[in-house]
Amino acid sequence: MIKVRAKKNLLTSHGPMRLAVDFQIPDKELITLFGPSGSGKTTILRMIAGLTDPEEGFIQVEDEVWFDSDKGINRPVQERQISFVFQDYNLFPNMTILENLRYALKDKKEEGLVYELLEMTRLTELKDRKPATLSGGQKQRVALIRALLRKPKIFLLDEPLSSLDLELRLKLQDEILALYERLKIPTVFVTHDLSEIFKISSQIFILEQGKISRSGKPSAIFGEEALSGKFKFVGNILELKREDFLYIVTVQIGNHLTKVVATEDEAKDWHVGDRVLVAAKAFNPIIMRI
Amino acid sequence: MSLDWNPLILTFQLALVTTIILMFVGIPLAYWIALTRGKWKYVIEPLVSMPLVLPPTVLGFYILLFFSPRSFLGSFLETFFHVKVVFTFLGLVIGSVLFSLPFMVNPIKAGFQSFPKSLIEASYALGKSKKETLLKVILPNIKPALWTGIVMAFAHTIGEFGVVLMIGGNIPGETRVASIAIFGEVEALNYSAANFYSGILFLISFGILFVLNVVNKKDFKVMS
Repeated sequence: MIKVRAKKNLLTSHGPMRLAVDFQIPDKELITLFGPSGSGKTTILRMIAGLTDPEEGFIQVEDEVWFDSDKGINRPVQERQISFVFQDYNLFPNMTILENLRYALKDKKEEGLVYELLEMTRLTELKDRKPATLSGGQKQRVALIRALLRKPKIFLLDEPLSSLDLELRLKLQDEILALYERLKIPTVFVTHDLSEIFKISSQIFILEQGKISRSGKPSAIFGEEALSGKFKFVGNILELKREDFLYIVTVQIGNHLTKVVATEDEAKDWHVGDRVLVAAKAFNPIIMRI
Repeated sequence: MSLDWNPLILTFQLALVTTIILMFVGIPLAYWIALTRGKWKYVIEPLVSMPLVLPPTVLGFYILLFFSPRSFLGSFLETFFHVKVVFTFLGLVIGSVLFSLPFMVNPIKAGFQSFPKSLIEASYALGKSKKETLLKVILPNIKPALWTGIVMAFAHTIGEFGVVLMIGGNIPGETRVASIAIFGEVEALNYSAANFYSGILFLISFGILFVLNVVNKKDFKVMS
């Protein structure tokens, strides 16, 4: 069980904000912190890791107290057994891939583990290259296994996939999930990507303005709205064209243009530039693989 | 005419000893200035850079006062350790170390300051101590800044004149370095000897800075 209670005043790009959270992570669970940028997700991870100090709070991992403002306990980051995976990889540019991984080992006798993880993530051939010559996905794989070589008590991932393209992201989501299934370490995953949450996490905490506004299983949280059978999109009217007794309405939804049919009655009060909601009932959409 | 190589040899001995001492003093000092948030930083930082703006004679004058046999420190050193500072090679070394300090510290400080903090945190998060992070992560990654500091300190010591003249005087084989020999030869209207020393210093200084540029460009290519 991991207990986190922390308070801190932060200065974000939207002005000052009070971060105040109190949550627990059950053993061997993978939880997601989800929220807009500037809501305090990364700060929470950094507080667990010991890279940022809460002004007030209590952090306990298994039976070790890592931070307790009342008793003046604050373990330095080096003495907290964590794995931290950063958004921008943070591989050491002066070391080869193998050296980066070796550096993370506490006991140099465990080098076999390095080769095993390299093999598992299909990076063995790249082991003598410098990080600068690797692709984004390869770098993040190295960063993942480098973090895990620490044999952590908690695995912290700070938007590790956000700078990768969709295809790679999906692939690495699978790999993270596989690593997690194998190791079963309590994991905190920070993201603002909805699809990631559904695929990966067993529990989600939604963070807004420094507070946890909702928490639970992803399907329970997004169940009522996002998972209903209806499609709903908001768009702008670009053109209204009369064809016999019907109107053809061209609507821009994001980067897509859609033509929707409307009756004269419906269309008579509409104008080009109006904001509209385009919705479809559950029984008529067609779904195809692309 | 037989040329006296002694001033040149002395100059390079001085530059070498000064640079080696400055490496041990300058790198920790630059690290401390770059990463500390303490109040003392605001006093120490300008002090380090003082030789950049002060006339060398001012620094030389104070060192002279400080270490003269009539001063407390000077007489203490002489009575208890039989060490003389003024008008000796040791005096030159002390003066040069102080005078070239900013040339070693400032580039290395800039290297530390521009080094990504996130990489330091990544190393700490892997359980590595500050010392191990400094030696294995930070220093190898700021090699161009280190080279610049080391070479600039060396080259600057070769070019010293004012401080050296004040503290060392003009004792052949002991404190008569090349820059002072040039001054002496010109005063004696011995232009060919002055030309000889000047030409060698000119070529060597150019060569050092040229090599520094080439090495740093190459290093940057590897890093990026």
